[in-house]
Amino acid sequence: MIERLLEPFQFAFMVEAMAAGAFVATVCAVLSCYLVLKGWSLMGDAISHAVLPGIVIAYALGAPLALGAFSSGLLCAVATGYIKAHTRVKEDTVMGVVFTGLFAFGLVLFTRIKSDLHLDHILFGNILGIERGDLIEIFAVGGVTLAIVLALRRDLLLFCFDPGHARSIGLRTNLLYYLLLALLAATIVASLKAVGIILVIAMLVTPGCVGFLLADRFGTMLAISTGSAVFSALTGVYVSFFVNGSTAACIVLAQTLLFIAALLFAPKRGLLRSRRTDGQPTPVG
Amino acid sequence: MSEPLSIDVRDVTVAYPNGNVALHDATFHLAAGTICALVGVNGSGKSTLFKAVMGFVKPVRGSVSLGGLSLREAQRRNLVAYVPQAEEVDWTFPVSVWDVVMMGRYGYMNFLRIPRAEDRRVAEESLARVGMIEFRDRQIGELSGGQKKRVFLARALAQRARVILLDEPFTGVDVKTEEAIVELLRELRSAGHLMLVSTHNLGSVPEFCDHVVLINRTVLAYGPTDEIFTEENLARTFGGVLRHFRFDESTIQKHDGRAVTVLTDDERPLVFGKGGHLEYSRRQEHEKVVEERAEEPDDK
Repeated sequence: MIERLLEPFQFAFMVEAMAAGAFVATVCAVLSCYLVLKGWSLMGDAISHAVLPGIVIAYALGAPLALGAFSSGLLCAVATGYIKAHTRVKEDTVMGVVFTGLFAFGLVLFTRIKSDLHLDHILFGNILGIERGDLIEIFAVGGVTLAIVLALRRDLLLFCFDPGHARSIGLRTNLLYYLLLALLAATIVASLKAVGIILVIAMLVTPGCVGFLLADRFGTMLAISTGSAVFSALTGVYVSFFVNGSTAACIVLAQTLLFIAALLFAPKRGLLRSRRTDGQPTPVG
Repeated sequence: MSEPLSIDVRDVTVAYPNGNVALHDATFHLAAGTICALVGVNGSGKSTLFKAVMGFVKPVRGSVSLGGLSLREAQRRNLVAYVPQAEEVDWTFPVSVWDVVMMGRYGYMNFLRIPRAEDRRVAEESLARVGMIEFRDRQIGELSGGQKKRVFLARALAQRARVILLDEPFTGVDVKTEEAIVELLRELRSAGHLMLVSTHNLGSVPEFCDHVVLINRTVLAYGPTDEIFTEENLARTFGGVLRHFRFDESTIQKHDGRAVTVLTDDERPLVFGKGGHLEYSRRQEHEKVVEERAEEPDDK
């Protein structure tokens, strides 16, 4: 019995998958806290879809796929911002049009250009088949992203919370806006090989949401979010070994279960909790 | 502490990307040691002017400068603080009262924003000054309307700014807190600060603002409240959207002590005397007005 349970750890590809999964989960979880607070959850969705044509074009040109992915993801975000500022159409609408358009363009390109890329690896990741080179890329891109976010975490938080104040103390909020977009695109690029461009959307929203439901302070939110994401990654990879299912999907499923648990049982804001106490007492004075 | 600071707004015109000109040729000047109200209806360009003074929108023409410094430079030196409208703040945000006040000190910290002893001392002092020190560990959503406002005022204090911009500071605030805020603003004025208050609450303007700027697409008039806050100017500013209650043929008699009580819901009413001059609810601070009027023949 014990032997059977420890079996996954005997395979190098399983251990590597767990390492890559946990690392990608950490980077995504940290960023997801900012996205959830800024109200940018859809932005992760948009950028990750828009990455597809970049990958295909980079392949055709013989350029690094990560570079192509990063550029086209960022292009989508910038185009969305530009169209929103210069027309009367609302941001979420623009985003919906731009990212699905780019995604469709990517699909057409993919079928036209002969390649050894697998579409379902791009869409859903291939964490069990990760090669040494991919692993280095994941840790390099993800590591730099994580370092920048953590170094600037207070400025980024202030930018999300009160851009007016950020401006009034002389912070360059425009710069922070594009920086956050670039960090998001980089995170998606780092997660590409592991979980793919569809499932990364969940990795960029769910952990932050779990943290938000459970925490009253940003530091705690960050810790809970990261903890839940890493736990889900390890559990997901482990379980997928036995159920022989899509590994990335198992990771996302584990995160979703944690989200449901938080939604129901969060001590202050859980659905079950608020029914019992009929909401928080309103302060006076 | 830095020098008292003035505001110079010169020929500011703001147009939005869709070509809408929200404000044109706005000009006014305010000296330090002033509480000035920015008065206008919704859509009059009031909030646009406010944003221009904050640097949120870039004027297509004209300039905003503070004490001879460009806006950008003044902001870099932490000279300008901003107290946002309650609706602009996400109160579910996982930050505590202490975190918010500390944000006022970011401009003094290195790029990692790690507070030093001095930052903590100033933050504590600022919280104490608005009477919120015992709430320092509360999440900001767990506060009442008045307490929320005071936290953001404490942040402006912690920033040690010379110019403070307040956007609708009395919306959603109880009367007691309103008085406390007004008192604090008066203290800051004595210390040489300049406060620019955007408000639609007309009645409170003469009570605590010594200057006003009237706006309707441009600056219609600006200057001392006594001179500018006239029925005629307000009619131009509001273009007939104000409700009027006149007491021309009223039952007020001399035996009433010439006093009436006016009750309103949350907004303070603006009261003009017979000659079109402003009436104040308190005689103190307005001795000059009382003296002048004493020389006029008493109404029978």
